Amino acid sequence: MSVDTSKVATSNANKAATPKNGGPAGSIANWADERLGLATVMKKNLRKVFPDHWSFMLGEIALWSFVVLLLTGVFLTLWYTPSMGEIQYNGSYDQLRGIHMSEAMASTLNISFDVRGGLLMRQMHHWAATVFVASMMVHLLRVAFTGAHRKPRELNWVIGCLLLLLGTLEGFTGYSLPDDLLSGTGIRAADGFLKATPVVGTYMSFFLFGGEFPGEAIIPRLYTIHVLLIPGILLALIAAHMLLLVYHKHTQWPGPGRTEQNVVGFPMLPVYAAKAGGFFFIVFGVIALMGALLTINPVWKFGPYDPTKVTAGSQPDWYMGWPDGLLRLMPGVESVIFGYTISWNVMVPILIVPPLMLVILMVLPFIESWVTGDKREHHLLQRPRNAPTRTAVMVALMTFYGLAWAAGGNDIIAIRFDLSINQITYFLRAAIFIGPLIAFWITRRWCISLQRHDNETLLHGYETGVIMRSADGGYSERHLPIDGARAYEITARDRDEIYELESDVDGNGVAAPGTRVNALRAKLSKSMFADNVQKPTTEELTEAHHHAEHEHQLQAGLDHPADGHQFDGHDSAVEGHELRSR
Amino acid sequence: MVLLLLGLLLTGGLYTAFSPAQAQEQESEAELAAQGRELFLVGCSFCHGQNGEGISDAREGYQVGPSLVGVGAAAVDFQVGTGRMPLAQPAAQAPKKKVVYNEEEIAALAAYVASLAPGPAIPDAEDYSIEGLSAGEREEAIVRGGQIFLTNCTACHNFNGSGGAMPRGGYAPTLRDVPPRYIFEAMLTGPQNMPNFSNGNLSPEEKRDVIAYLGSLNETPEYGGFGLGGLGPVSEGLAGWIVGIGGLVGFAVWIAAHTTRSTKEKAEA
Amino acid sequence: MSSPHDSVPAVSDHGGSVPATQEPIPDPGLHKHTWRPTDVDDRLAKRAERQIAAMFVLSMLCAVLFVVAYFTLEIGDSFDTVGYLGASTVALGLSLAGALLFIGVGVIQWARKLMSDVEISEPRHPAKSSDADRAATLQSLDLGAKDSGIGRRPLIRNTMLGAVGLLGLPALVVLRDLGPLPGDRLARTIWQPGMRLVRDVLGTPVKPSDMEVGDLINAAPEALFPTEENGYEEIEGVELNVEKAKGAIIIVRMEPGDIVSTQGDNWSVDGIVSFSKICTHVGCPISLYERTTHHVLCPCHQSTFDLADSAKVVFGPAARPLPQLPLAVNEDGYLIAQSDFTEPIGASYWEREKES
Repeated sequence: MSVDTSKVATSNANKAATPKNGGPAGSIANWADERLGLATVMKKNLRKVFPDHWSFMLGEIALWSFVVLLLTGVFLTLWYTPSMGEIQYNGSYDQLRGIHMSEAMASTLNISFDVRGGLLMRQMHHWAATVFVASMMVHLLRVAFTGAHRKPRELNWVIGCLLLLLGTLEGFTGYSLPDDLLSGTGIRAADGFLKATPVVGTYMSFFLFGGEFPGEAIIPRLYTIHVLLIPGILLALIAAHMLLLVYHKHTQWPGPGRTEQNVVGFPMLPVYAAKAGGFFFIVFGVIALMGALLTINPVWKFGPYDPTKVTAGSQPDWYMGWPDGLLRLMPGVESVIFGYTISWNVMVPILIVPPLMLVILMVLPFIESWVTGDKREHHLLQRPRNAPTRTAVMVALMTFYGLAWAAGGNDIIAIRFDLSINQITYFLRAAIFIGPLIAFWITRRWCISLQRHDNETLLHGYETGVIMRSADGGYSERHLPIDGARAYEITARDRDEIYELESDVDGNGVAAPGTRVNALRAKLSKSMFADNVQKPTTEELTEAHHHAEHEHQLQAGLDHPADGHQFDGHDSAVEGHELRSR
Repeated sequence: MVLLLLGLLLTGGLYTAFSPAQAQEQESEAELAAQGRELFLVGCSFCHGQNGEGISDAREGYQVGPSLVGVGAAAVDFQVGTGRMPLAQPAAQAPKKKVVYNEEEIAALAAYVASLAPGPAIPDAEDYSIEGLSAGEREEAIVRGGQIFLTNCTACHNFNGSGGAMPRGGYAPTLRDVPPRYIFEAMLTGPQNMPNFSNGNLSPEEKRDVIAYLGSLNETPEYGGFGLGGLGPVSEGLAGWIVGIGGLVGFAVWIAAHTTRSTKEKAEA
Repeated sequence: MSSPHDSVPAVSDHGGSVPATQEPIPDPGLHKHTWRPTDVDDRLAKRAERQIAAMFVLSMLCAVLFVVAYFTLEIGDSFDTVGYLGASTVALGLSLAGALLFIGVGVIQWARKLMSDVEISEPRHPAKSSDADRAATLQSLDLGAKDSGIGRRPLIRNTMLGAVGLLGLPALVVLRDLGPLPGDRLARTIWQPGMRLVRDVLGTPVKPSDMEVGDLINAAPEALFPTEENGYEEIEGVELNVEKAKGAIIIVRMEPGDIVSTQGDNWSVDGIVSFSKICTHVGCPISLYERTTHHVLCPCHQSTFDLADSAKVVFGPAARPLPQLPLAVNEDGYLIAQSDFTEPIGASYWEREKES
C-alpha cells in the first residue's frame, strides 16, 4: 500500500486537517502520517531497488528461520518449565512413567505427548535452529566468495560473524534445555571445558552451575540466556545488519548496465516485497514439513539426564560438531607446571582454535584491503575465480572446518562405512594439516586456469564444436566470438595491482618507519596477485580480432557464420543460411 | 592366515557333503550331544579344536578360535543361531549373516558344547517374556527395563538400540528386531567383545525387563516422524543440510529464475 | 529512474592508473526488455491469475484441515497413528506446511507472472557523508565540547571517568553469589572406607561370586541408595546428582593373570577391578567395555583406557588414567571400597595436582 501524498492535507492549522479526497484508507494514511511523518521515510524506500539472484536469498533463509524460531519458541515457553526441581513423571509416555526427573524434562515430555501440536512445534523449533545456523553459514560463504565483504561492507561482515557466533551459542543453550541424557552429557562436557580454563576454571564452573556440577541452577540460567539475553542481542544485530544492507544497497553481479554507480533490479514494492514475503512462507512451510515428517531429538528415548548414564553417538548439534571433532583429534597432552595442570587436550580444540577461527574470519576483509591497498567502494561482485587467493583461502578454511566436522562424526562414519574409529582419527590427524594446504593450492591454480580460459574465450571466441578441415588436410576447431553482453560481463572486473615497496629509506637516507610492515605487505601482495591472469587490454583484443578476421578470410568456402547449430536444426539465429533442409 | 581361510573353505565344502539326515524326534541329551560332536568335528573343530579346547597359534601369537569349554549351550545357540558362526572370514568381529545350520543341528551342537563343561543353558521362552504378568506389572517391568537399558546398554548400543562404534573397527550391533532369545543369550554369554551380564550380575528378571523395554520401543509409533536411523545429531544435521538448506536453495533458485519470454511485443508498450 | 541506464564505463577511479578508455569492451547498457507471455497475452494472464487464486484457496483448505486434525486426532494415552508415525504430528505438520507453502508459492507466482518485471536502475551514493555534513557535525561537536568545558576542566572529566569506570566493580561483585567457591570439593567423592559397591539403578550389593570373568557392572556407592538396613542418610535432589556425578564406577572381572598392573597394591579382588566411570578428558561417563581386550571406550571423544593395565590411556584425547577404586571384601562377602579415590576423578582442572 503506497502512500498517496496527494491525499495528505496541506494545511496544518487549528482546523483539523482533512484529506482532499479518498475513502477510509486515505484517512487512515493521513492520520498516521500526521503523527509519524511516514510518507517522507517511505517515499525513498518503497521503490528501493533490490537485485535479483538466487544467491542473494541465502541470508533471507536465515532471517526467516529466525522469525520461525521466535514464533515456535514463544509457543514452547507457554508450557516449558525451566526448573531442575525433581518430580515424578506421570504423563502419557509409558516407558518413563514413574521415573524421577527434572521439571524441565517432564515439561518437555508434556509438550511432546500431551499438548496437541506440541511435538510439531518442538521439532519445528529444532529444525529451524538447524536451518538458521546452516543458512548463516552458506550466506557467509556466498559473501566471502564473491568479495561482498569489501569496503564499505566490512562492518556488516563483522556483524554477520557475530551473528553466527551468537546463533551457535543460542543453539547450544537451546538444545541443553530439555535436560535429557544427550543434552546433559553436552553440559557435562561444557563443564569440562570450563574447568580446563587456566587459573579461573573451577571458579567459572562453580559460578555457572551455582555449585558443583550438575547443581540445580544451570537450566534456569541457560533458559534466561536462551530466551532473553542472546535473542535480544541477536535482534539488535539483525536490525543493524539489515539497516546497513539498506543503507549500502545490495551488491550486484556485473553485467550490461550494471555498474559500481547503480543498482539494477526490482523495486521493493511490489515485486521484492512479494518475493521476500512469499519466501518467508516457503521457509516456514519447509520447516513445518520437516517438523511433520522428520524426528529430531527424541528426548523420550534418551530419558532424563542422569550423570552416570551415557549413550553411544553422544554428539552436539551439527554447528558444534567441528570443535567436538577437534577434541577427538587432539592427542592427550597435559602438562603440570609448578603443580598446576594445563590441559592442552581441551584448551587447544575448544578455548584456542575456535575463537581464533572466528577472529580470522572477522579480520579477513581488513587483511585483504591492507594487502591490496584497495580503499575503493565495491558494489559489483567478483566471480570467485577472479580472486584466486581469497577463494583459495576460503576453500582451505572450509576444508579445515569440514575435516574437523567429519572427525566430530567419526563414530557414525565408522559404523556406517565399516571403518575403524582409530584409523579415521589417525588419518584425520594428518589430513587436518595437509588437507587445507592441498585445497588451497588446487583451488588457486584452478581459479587461475579458469581466468585463463575466460581470456581465451574473449580473445579467440568460444569452441563451436565444428571441426574444420583445411586445404592441406589439417583439422582445427572453429571458434566464434561470444556475444557482446557476455564479453562485457567477463571483462567487468578490475585489474589487480601488485603493491610494491617504493624505497626502504626516507628522504634522508634513514630507514623509513613501517618499512618492515610494508615489505611484508609487498610480499603478500605479490603472492596474492602475481600469478593471476589479467583481462586482455584493448590492444590485445583488437589484435586478436584482426587475427580472427584474417583466419576467416583464409577459410574460404565457408562464407557464412557458423554457430555450431547448423546440424541440429536450431540454427534459426543464422538468417539466410540453410546448411540442410528442414 | 591362508591356512585359516583354506580351512574355512573346506569347512563349507565338507559341510554340504556330510549334511546329516533328519534328526529323530525323541533323542536323549547324550544322543544329541553325540550327534552334535559329529557336526562339530566337521564344521567347528578346525578353529576351536577337536574337543572344543580352542586353538592358539603360538608362533603368530594370536588365537585362531577360543576355547568353548564352559561357554554353555546359550553361547552356541546365539553364535550359530544368528549366523555369526561359522565364520566366513577372519575379521575384527563376526558379523550377523545367513544361518547355516537348521534348528535341530544347532540344538545338537549346543548339546555337545554344553556337555564339555557346565555353562549357561538356552533360556526358556518364559525367561524373557512378560506374557504372564499383569498389565500393571508389565508396565513396571518396561519402565525398570528402560532404566537398566539406559544404564548398561545404551553406552555401546545407543539410546535407540541402533548400535554404535567400538575401538579398532569393532561395533555394537543394532538391537532392533533381534529376537528376544538372542538378546537374552547375548547378555548371558557376552559374545565377541561384549561384556557378560551373567545372572549374578543382572538377574534373569532384569534381563527380561530390558527385553520388554526393547519390545515396547518396537511397538510404540515414531511419534515425531521418520527416525533418520536413530543415530542422534549427526544424521539430524545431515538431514537439516540436505532437506532444509537443499530444499530452500532450490526454492530460491526458482524464485530468482527468469520466467519464459515471449517473442511478441506488448500491444500498448 | 526506470529508464534503461545509459552505458557507463566501468569504474575508473583505480588510482588513476587505468583510464576508462582501456576497458577492453564498453558497457553495452541494460538489455532491451522482453515481455513475458502473460504480459502480451491476456488469456495467459487470466490463467495465471486463476492459478494463483487456486493456491490461496488450497492454503485455506489446509488451514481448515489443520483445525480438523487438531480436534479429531488423539494424542496422549491413546495415540492415533498413520503407518508407524504419530498421526497428530504428521497431520498438523503437513496441513500447516500446506497452508504456508501454498501462500508462499502463490505470492511468488504472482510476482513472477503478473507483477511488472521491468528491471529498474537506482543510482548509488558513496557510503560516506558529504564534506559539508562532516564539517557541520564537527562544528557541532566542537561547540558541544566547548560549552561543556570538558577540555578546560580536567578535574571534572577525570573524576567522572573514574566514577563511571568504578561502576564496573559493583557490576562484577554483584555476580559473586552465582555460586560457592570450589574449595576442595572436586577432590572428594562420597566413597568411604568400607562402603559397599552396589549396582546402579537397582541398588543391590555385589559379591565377587556374582561375577563371572567378562562381567561388567555399572555400579555406584551404596550411600546413594539409602535404606533402613544400610543406615545411610537420605539423599536426594542436587546433592544426589552431585555425588552420582562423581561416585559412579564400573566393575569388571577378568582372569587374574590378565591383570598387568593396578594403581595400588592389593586393589583388586580375584581379578575384579573397579575404576571411576567418569572420563578424565571432559567427564563423560564411560562404560563401553571390551571383554577380550579389557579396553574401555568413551563414546564422547573416543578416549580408550586399558583396564588391565591401570586404566592407562591407549588412544584418544584423554591424558590421564581413570582413577582406580581400591577394592576389598567385607566379612559378609560383599565388595567394598578400601577408601575414597586417591586422586580427583573426572576432567582435569588447574589446581588438580595441589589437591590430590
